[in-house]
Amino acid sequence: MNEEFVTLTIDDQEVKAKKGSTILQAAKQAGIDIPTLCFLKEINEVGDCRMCIVEVEGRRGFATSCIQKVEEGMVVHTNTQNVLEARHVILDLIISNHAKDCLTCTRSGNCELQALATKFNISKVEFEGTRMKHQIDDLSPSIVRDFNKCILCRRCVAVCKNVQKIGAIDCINRGFDSCISTVGDHSLNDVNCTFCGQCIEACPTGALHEKETIDEVWVKLKDPDSYVIVQTAPAVRVALGEEFDMSIGTNVTGKMVTALKRLGFNKVFDTNTGADFTIMEEANEFIQRFTNNEHLPMITSCSPGWVKYIEMNEPELLPHLSTCKSPHQMFGALLKTYYAKKEGIDPNKIYVVSVMPCIAKKFERQREEMKNDELCDVDNVITTRELSRMIKQANIEFTKLEDSEFDQPMGEATGAGAIFGTTGGVMEAALRTAQDTLTGEDLEKINFEEVRGGEAIKKATVKIAGKEIKVVATSGLANAKQILEEIKTGKADYQFVEIMACPGGCVMGGGQPIKSAKIRSEVDVRKLRADGLYSIDEKSHIRKSHQNPVVKKIYDEFLEKPGSHIAEKLLHTTYQKREKYSIET
Amino acid sequence: MQENETIKCCCGKDKKNEFINQLFSEYQPIKDNLIQMLNEIQEHYGYVPMDVQKELSEFLSIPMAEIYGVVTFYSRFSLKPKGKYNISVCLGTACFVKGSQKIMDRLLERLEIKPGETTEDGLFSIEETRCVGACGLAPVFTVNGEVYGKATVQKLDQVLDELMNKK
Repeated sequence: MNEEFVTLTIDDQEVKAKKGSTILQAAKQAGIDIPTLCFLKEINEVGDCRMCIVEVEGRRGFATSCIQKVEEGMVVHTNTQNVLEARHVILDLIISNHAKDCLTCTRSGNCELQALATKFNISKVEFEGTRMKHQIDDLSPSIVRDFNKCILCRRCVAVCKNVQKIGAIDCINRGFDSCISTVGDHSLNDVNCTFCGQCIEACPTGALHEKETIDEVWVKLKDPDSYVIVQTAPAVRVALGEEFDMSIGTNVTGKMVTALKRLGFNKVFDTNTGADFTIMEEANEFIQRFTNNEHLPMITSCSPGWVKYIEMNEPELLPHLSTCKSPHQMFGALLKTYYAKKEGIDPNKIYVVSVMPCIAKKFERQREEMKNDELCDVDNVITTRELSRMIKQANIEFTKLEDSEFDQPMGEATGAGAIFGTTGGVMEAALRTAQDTLTGEDLEKINFEEVRGGEAIKKATVKIAGKEIKVVATSGLANAKQILEEIKTGKADYQFVEIMACPGGCVMGGGQPIKSAKIRSEVDVRKLRADGLYSIDEKSHIRKSHQNPVVKKIYDEFLEKPGSHIAEKLLHTTYQKREKYSIET
Repeated sequence: MQENETIKCCCGKDKKNEFINQLFSEYQPIKDNLIQMLNEIQEHYGYVPMDVQKELSEFLSIPMAEIYGVVTFYSRFSLKPKGKYNISVCLGTACFVKGSQKIMDRLLERLEIKPGETTEDGLFSIEETRCVGACGLAPVFTVNGEVYGKATVQKLDQVLDELMNKK
């Protein structure tokens, strides 16, 4: 394809840029850095904060380079004294209405505003005036909103409204009273928020963060009466290293396990094993539904943000949802029954902590349906970020740690479990088991490339035992909405759908290390982390869930077979219609 | 935060559904119609009730937070019913220079409510406005759109007394 180019001059450098690209993009191409703040590639490109202003010769005033398109012969200056002074004033004004309590802020060290303050050598607060005071919203189990740290960049609004098509938050009120909040300024807990946490990933400051529950973990670790078991989700191991300056997508499984043992957990297990159980149950459920042609297409239920979405928005489609609990919930249930009995531990003393790339899991864990005999399957969910804070708090030099293995007997997992953490992974893992179950053979086809990759909606047709099965894998709630629309209007010709709430799947979950707008505009974070998971899968000696010896053993000794009465009781769940807004109207 | 409200039509009868059904039949469910529809709702109820915002959100497929954002942005819309007599004091440049703040202060003192609020008996509400286009008559205040020019605190008192006696 022949693309049209224009030639322009940026800081005396001749630059050839694609027609239709912005000055910011052209400058980046030429190796010229322009500071940004409200800009978030492909999500929020609105020229709101004016941090990226530049001078364009022959034009009055400044141009915002993140939205200003390049033109033939344009002469741009990005660092004249005028530009630098103006940016400085803009930053001073933003800082004047900011909380400035960096010492106790969860984003200190990874804050885009703080980074700009350093860059601009801000050594005093230029403007002291009236500051917005806003109550902190910490009523939800997942997200804390601290508007006192908000800089009104609207990145969170853009991702919520445009990428996820939820619109739980928006800019309300006017002038100095403007703030980012919900309808009626209610808690996120009472509105249509799914707790996907993409807003947290988009926030440049500490205005949005997870509801931290580390302290309860420390208390339990110190308590000699508690038997504290930790399990880690697949996506955590390819992102945790980033919090210790390791490159994006590095597999740090061994170091992570060592760190968790050092922190004092009694046992360190792998949620991937739980994922193998999910596959056993889900593949069985799918085969049943497919054979009987009922409630098709079946949709996966591992993503609690997605589950909350369908409960709030399309409750009449709930029968399509698989009844399987998510892997960590299944695993928690097994730890407090099978494992407790086998090891002779009182299940009341077991405290299960899940390390998850997700903040919706914090909500999921406390659902009434996630209990068995009054005991929660999982007692605490912490994010990848929270785990990194615990490791730092314990003064562990993460990068220097030796590798170690997950504890036995619940530590054996397959490659199929590992790829659960990326979009398309659950589908691929399920197909590996479904094809073997339906044919009764150990088939060679393991990789299902059709459902891999970063496309929004991936459709494929697979032939198993002479039958054609059409599958779809998608992520991001806007895409999920489209799939539900197809099901509602009878246009869905597929039988099995995988949906994850976060765009890209769990590797891009709301509990993962936060990447600055600059990094997000330069590298494909999703791909790097997903590649990490696929490489774990490639290297695994067992790559199909039903071949996991731990899985086989527990079915033999305890669960009988997928879909058995006891499996239904422990590993499956129910759903409920939820009001989008539980506010008085 | 909103208190629980019962929706009544201007005539006092509960004709909510009738009005909403009529409104929804007159407009296409497209985003562009938001302001126009909010305007009709404001005209009809004297404010934009929360549950009507919710229905509008479903009808236009616009998140409720966005509609609330629009309602709280424009001073034309209000979240609480306005009083029988809605008094606006212009705080625009010309009026302000001519001392309209004194008029506003007096109004707040006498009615014991804040701008944007309505008295408990539902009789009066107060609004701040910016320029009503009658700068030559500055300072001005309006009662239900009727302009009182070259206003003084005494004049305001007089108007208030009259309205209070009239009820």
